[in-house]
Amino acid sequence: MTYTEYMSLNAFQRFWFKFKEFIKAIPGGLKRFFCAIGRGIKKFFFGIGKGFKNYFVGFVKGDVFVKLSYLIMGAGNLARGQIVKGLLFLAIQAGYIMYMVFFGGYFLMHLFPLEAVVTQEQKPLPLGGFTTVEHVEAYSNQILLYGILSILLTIVFFALYIVSVKSAQKTSEIVKSGKKAPTFRMETHELLDSKFHSTLLSLPVILIFVFVIVPLIFMITMAFTNYSDVNNRSFNWVGFDNFAEIFSTSSEGGASMGYTFLNITMWTLIWAIAATFSNYILGMIFALMINKKGIKLKKLWRTLFVMTIAVPQFVTLLVISQMLGASQDSPLNLIIEMFTGHTSTLDLWTTAYDGWLARITVIVVNCWVGIPYTILMTTGILMNIPEDLYESARIDGAGPVKSFMKITLPYMLFVTTPYLITTFIGNINNFNVIYLLSEGGPKVSEYKYSAGKTDLLITLLYKLSINQNKYGLGAAIGILVFIVCATVSLVTFNMTKSAKSEEEFS
Amino acid sequence: MIKSYKLRRGIANTFIYIFLIVMCLIWIFPLVWLLLHSFRIDPNGGTPAILTDHLFPYFNELGFDNYIGLFTKTQFLQWFGNTLIVSTCSCIISTLSVLMVAYAFSRLRFKARKPFINIGMVMGMFPGFMTTIALYYILKMMGLTQTLVGLILCYSGGAGLGYLVAKGFFDTIPRALDEAATIDGANKNQIFWKIILPMSKPIVVYTVLTSFIGPWCDFILVRIIMGTETSMYTVSRGLWMWTDKEYKTEYYRYFLSGSVVVAIPITALFLYMQKYYVEGVTAGGVKG
Repeated sequence: MTYTEYMSLNAFQRFWFKFKEFIKAIPGGLKRFFCAIGRGIKKFFFGIGKGFKNYFVGFVKGDVFVKLSYLIMGAGNLARGQIVKGLLFLAIQAGYIMYMVFFGGYFLMHLFPLEAVVTQEQKPLPLGGFTTVEHVEAYSNQILLYGILSILLTIVFFALYIVSVKSAQKTSEIVKSGKKAPTFRMETHELLDSKFHSTLLSLPVILIFVFVIVPLIFMITMAFTNYSDVNNRSFNWVGFDNFAEIFSTSSEGGASMGYTFLNITMWTLIWAIAATFSNYILGMIFALMINKKGIKLKKLWRTLFVMTIAVPQFVTLLVISQMLGASQDSPLNLIIEMFTGHTSTLDLWTTAYDGWLARITVIVVNCWVGIPYTILMTTGILMNIPEDLYESARIDGAGPVKSFMKITLPYMLFVTTPYLITTFIGNINNFNVIYLLSEGGPKVSEYKYSAGKTDLLITLLYKLSINQNKYGLGAAIGILVFIVCATVSLVTFNMTKSAKSEEEFS
Repeated sequence: MIKSYKLRRGIANTFIYIFLIVMCLIWIFPLVWLLLHSFRIDPNGGTPAILTDHLFPYFNELGFDNYIGLFTKTQFLQWFGNTLIVSTCSCIISTLSVLMVAYAFSRLRFKARKPFINIGMVMGMFPGFMTTIALYYILKMMGLTQTLVGLILCYSGGAGLGYLVAKGFFDTIPRALDEAATIDGANKNQIFWKIILPMSKPIVVYTVLTSFIGPWCDFILVRIIMGTETSMYTVSRGLWMWTDKEYKTEYYRYFLSGSVVVAIPITALFLYMQKYYVEGVTAGGVKG
């Protein structure tokens, strides 16, 4: 389709065209993603191969001190007078060996199989005879966590080992060429200039390592175990059983996990699309109205709306959930009574209309939560649209709806695509709105694990891991959510990138 | 013709005013309801029922009992203190890590830059809950469960991953500034502290604001890390607890007044720094 053809479409045809393009782009995006991964892996192994070559060549070529530092980290640096650096390397090696011997190695050995280590002890009874006392040396979750920690620390240690060997080689070369080896002070000065990135990144990276990477890997591995409240002392690897259970159709009292998962996934996607676009478009219309020429007190209107963002979300959502309650004294029913004159006991969280009443309610309440954000975000960008565009459109006879569709929306979509993507991902993972409003209800008997009609995957994950203690199953769902989010953002990211390069071409 | 155009615009504007007024009422209604009901007491001296059969409390039902009780009869003051400590500390650590990571990725060129950026992006896509249970075990290993230090570390630990917005802002500062400073003999450390940071007020304020408000609104992590140790709760967890079934009849009034007490400083802070918030979000968001 050429550009002129595209321009001659109306907004809905354009949207449909874009939508088709999006679907078509999924395989290409995935292909590119996996190709990139493949290239990365190839490069990685080439790098390792080259590293090994350098490693051995360096050993053969190096003098006795360099050779010694292959065995004892920091030996080369110590011999050339870099005392502090050498001692640091030595301390790292000593620390690692101590850790492995006294602590980490034990858990590494028990990683396969994962079952808890239980020792039995014969204890004499006061009245004669013996009784067996079971003593748990290590629970499975401890073994898993410490095992992963040991593996990661080993990787870090090897990286440092390579650094130390390289440093020994470099120092020996410098000394051979007749110069003096750089002192510790000189090298710390470098940390503030040419190596400033390592200074800046070290603290955040350590924090991220401990508080994000280790827990993430722990949870990912947990998806392949049967960790749950039934066997929380001792669990084992089960391979892909959890993923099989998610898609299983075997029903238990009329409820099967496969059915629950499929329906909740569908609803999650519907919710994410509806919530994102309702907030986006309605918010933009609100912002346009506030900024319209001739409307006074612009700042007051904006502040009134924005105030709802500032109040902590859990407060407003809990209050609204109370206000929409089923009791005849709830504000919603009082207002209905005020207008109709009849006592009303409207309950939004019933299974009537197949749960769609509750679903629409959460989308509407989400508008209440989200529209102020859009007003706040888009006001500035909307002001950037040249006023004469609207002016000439009006002269040509375009009404407000038409100029919104033809001018505002295309311009905004072009500028705010990244914002839309992050909002979409944020809505897939929008725990607060659903959990605080409806707790996922209304619960239905077709859904397993007391999931309800408004449950998203993320609240299902919460219910599974926190309320039902099915940690393994919860982690497996978490991985699936990740795959959905990653696919969406990678594909859209690729699409916007290709769109940009196209423009450069024309 | 001109007259009729003016007339038409006048009518349109009237409709917009009516629409805006109605919408503002809808938006403000829950907040007003919360505010008025936080003052509602039982004129006979008992515990007021959670809901009444009239929308807003009558005049003789208003009083300060809920606020006085909140500070004298409940643990609220302690929770407030806890939250203040946690949010201040985690705000300092998070702001520093975000700015450091963003600056390194934006202005410095080193070998591992691209892989680090990609890894950071992928990790940001995992749902946050996945790590909470694991975090609990890690804190337990360090002996930090049911302590404020553990909570601070959890809030600020992953902060560095939120570098995207700040990086987008740093990218807009012209590189010529760095070069000029380098010619004048400044090293990268001095450029960061003396040139880039003073120029980045909006993004610093944005980062401080978001990381400070975070602990006031989170209740899941506190639930998992603090368990039943109510003296270590933060305000949001405590207020959430009061809406549980077993507390609700007795404590719902304190939930309302406590919510108002929490909301006032945060609202003030937010409205005051609104400008920076918008600049911060649009700086990183639009350019991606």
